[in-house]
Amino acid sequence: MERWAYEEVLAFTRSWDAVYFTAMFAVALVYAYWPKNKAKFDQAARIPLEDEGQ
Amino acid sequence: MKHEKFERNSILLLVGILIVVAIGGAVEIAPLFWVNGTIEKISGMRPYTPLELEGQKIYVSEGCNVCHSQMIRSLRDEVERYGHYSLAAESMYDHPFLWGSERTGPDLARVGGKYSDEWHRAHLADPRSVVPESIMPPYVHLEKTPLDYRDIRQMLEASRDVGVPYTDDQIANAQADLEAQVAPDTDGADALKKRYGAKVQVRDFDGDPSQITKADALIAYLQMLGTLVDFKTYQADAPGNRR
Amino acid sequence: MQTAASEGNAPWRFDLFVLPVILGLGAFAGILEAARSPDPAMQAQGWTFALCMMATGAWYLWTYAGRTPRDELTPYANDVVRAGVIASMFWAVAGMAVGLILALQLSFPHWFYFAGEAWTNFGRLRPLHTSAVIFAFGGNVLIATSFYVVQRTSRARLWGGSLPWFVFWGYNTFIVLAGTGYLLGITQSKEYAEPEWYADLWLTVVWVCYLLTFLGTIIKRKESHIYVANWFYLSFIVTIAMLHIVNNLSWPVSLLQSQSYSLFSGVQSALTQWWYGHNAVGFFLTAGFLGIMYYFIPKRAERPIYSYRLSIIHFWSLIFIYIWAGPHHLLYTALPEWAQTLGMTFSIILWMPSWGGMINGLMTLSGAWDKLRTDPVLRMLVVSVAFYGMSTFEGPVMSVKTVNALSHYTNWTIGHVHSGALGWVAYVSFGAIYCLVPWLWGKKKLYSNALVEWHFWISTLGIVLYITSMWVAGIMQGLMWRAYNEFGFLEYSFAEAVQAMHPYYIIRAAGGGLFLAGVLIMVFNLWKTVRQDAPAQAAALVPEAAE
Repeated sequence: MERWAYEEVLAFTRSWDAVYFTAMFAVALVYAYWPKNKAKFDQAARIPLEDEGQ
Repeated sequence: MKHEKFERNSILLLVGILIVVAIGGAVEIAPLFWVNGTIEKISGMRPYTPLELEGQKIYVSEGCNVCHSQMIRSLRDEVERYGHYSLAAESMYDHPFLWGSERTGPDLARVGGKYSDEWHRAHLADPRSVVPESIMPPYVHLEKTPLDYRDIRQMLEASRDVGVPYTDDQIANAQADLEAQVAPDTDGADALKKRYGAKVQVRDFDGDPSQITKADALIAYLQMLGTLVDFKTYQADAPGNRR
Repeated sequence: MQTAASEGNAPWRFDLFVLPVILGLGAFAGILEAARSPDPAMQAQGWTFALCMMATGAWYLWTYAGRTPRDELTPYANDVVRAGVIASMFWAVAGMAVGLILALQLSFPHWFYFAGEAWTNFGRLRPLHTSAVIFAFGGNVLIATSFYVVQRTSRARLWGGSLPWFVFWGYNTFIVLAGTGYLLGITQSKEYAEPEWYADLWLTVVWVCYLLTFLGTIIKRKESHIYVANWFYLSFIVTIAMLHIVNNLSWPVSLLQSQSYSLFSGVQSALTQWWYGHNAVGFFLTAGFLGIMYYFIPKRAERPIYSYRLSIIHFWSLIFIYIWAGPHHLLYTALPEWAQTLGMTFSIILWMPSWGGMINGLMTLSGAWDKLRTDPVLRMLVVSVAFYGMSTFEGPVMSVKTVNALSHYTNWTIGHVHSGALGWVAYVSFGAIYCLVPWLWGKKKLYSNALVEWHFWISTLGIVLYITSMWVAGIMQGLMWRAYNEFGFLEYSFAEAVQAMHPYYIIRAAGGGLFLAGVLIMVFNLWKTVRQDAPAQAAALVPEAAE
């Protein structure tokens, strides 16, 4: 297997990491704030409080 | 019907987590095995002699690495205090690395040759007898315990299995080489130097010629630390060594 | 797995067949090791393992032979959670006591070292302390609370029949094997991954069972949504499995020797180890305990979490940023520069999701701040989140290269770790256990809230002494190492810097002593809670009465 040069790795991580993280963050953000999900999340937030059994 | 969706969601969550955490590790660690220059091109590094390997085992077993680092950082004061900053190549035969994370005691990456064997013996048995400020535990049991080296050949073999380039000759003579390193001026000592290099230190490290003790092994290891690489031939700016 | 053959009155259960077989094989392997190994330390490990296997086997017989235990007739499995709580408190006392001994050894080496007794030396006790507090105390808290939380938030019983019990006994067997191994000088040297190959293999078996139990419970849930606390618990279990397996890839010298050689060496081994080490903090000590936060703070405050949306963003950003931050343990070392820069960058970014989580926890109290005054248990939970915020701010600061140049290798790191470990991990655990004990043992309330107050204030004073002394000591140490005199030479010898630490080591030991004293008060309080008022005691023996 051909070995990578130091500069190549540097360039790769610098450019693609930024893209990867922005994309990941955007997906999480969109999922959390998707209007249709609001009711579901409000309901989910009450799960610990609704359980009566110990 | 509904339950299938439940299962799908939980497996989806599991897979999502796995992908996210696996990518981070893979992208970060994998290049270390492939990038040129991760390990410098240097001369002088050799696999540890059988006695040194036993010494390293004791170093790990007693937890020396808990308080002593073996990694001189590339900072001015460290280089002045301890010597040339550590190279990746210098720990290439350490499975695992022993860089440490604390300096409750000083760095030991280049402790080899800094003190005499007598000093090490006194220091290990009673640290405060030679360094009054020391808070190191006493290791007097080392000089009293004979070294159990029945498995030395297996140790070399296992090391070779994980990538340390021991030769067949070195493995076949593991036990003889171990015994020879504390017996200077013998044929065995000559054979040891032939196999591991003329710089190998051969003497009775614990001052007790009647037996090979754990102190022999540990002091042999300590006296070797940092002495292998020939820094006169090391070129930090060479293309292959750029970090 | 639990479904029995419908005909016949003695249902055949898969778990009651497979798990005892594993125990039997384990005991056999242990005895074989003890009989065949030439190494006395390995013989001792073999016997220890075999005894643990046989004890667990005896427990299985006692519990299941000819009957169905009462706990299996209730909607939720509670006994295994109770066992986890008891084990947590036992290991808390043991692990912190060892920590105190270590602090005293560094303060008074003349008195606390015993020449000739190798097993009492700092190097062997230190991993015992870290493993006992992180994996034994912390791990039992995580197992117990995750079992409790996943059942309530899924409205389903733990999956796997006796499998949760196997996880509990198996995990504690791993702890005993690892801990006694350290005293015998058996270690891989890798921090927080010291146990040798055979203990690692056993933990892998146990951990797979843990994942199966947890995931199985989520899969059979009656609640449509998976509550966010379970996301954190699941990420903790899955990621720790991955980290544990990769970091512990090693080759035993022989099957009869305790020693092994890591598959990786030098720089690769260093990065793998700190990828593991940092994420043991990130996923064991953070994600797992955030699971506790996301259940117990809303439950205790009787209010939903401040923002469920924020908790989702918190979760995903935390897990995808944390995994990258490991190289900040290796700044200015022989690790290639690009990896160092990557580690530093993500460590700084990590500050944001961490504080997002902190805000979410703290703001849950908005509109109910008065409860902090009246409920010391809730206060402990909330203060733990504040400490979480503090140490997750300090962490990114320390991973800035110029700061790290000073702080690395010094006592500042020790102080940082303990502000997280004592302030965040231990406090959130104590808070959860103070909640759990009355719930699990069917009591109306704790024996004494005043004792909780005492615990809180004594241990808070202990933390303050601990972390301030280590800040001062660490910064002083770092400055002394790099100080130059007027002639351009290094001003201090290493030994002078060691000497300068003496008063701070004593203050640290005092802080640790206070923290331990607080835990002892807690143990007393919990004991009295469980034992209080005789009529209720009878009810406690019949857990289903409390359901």
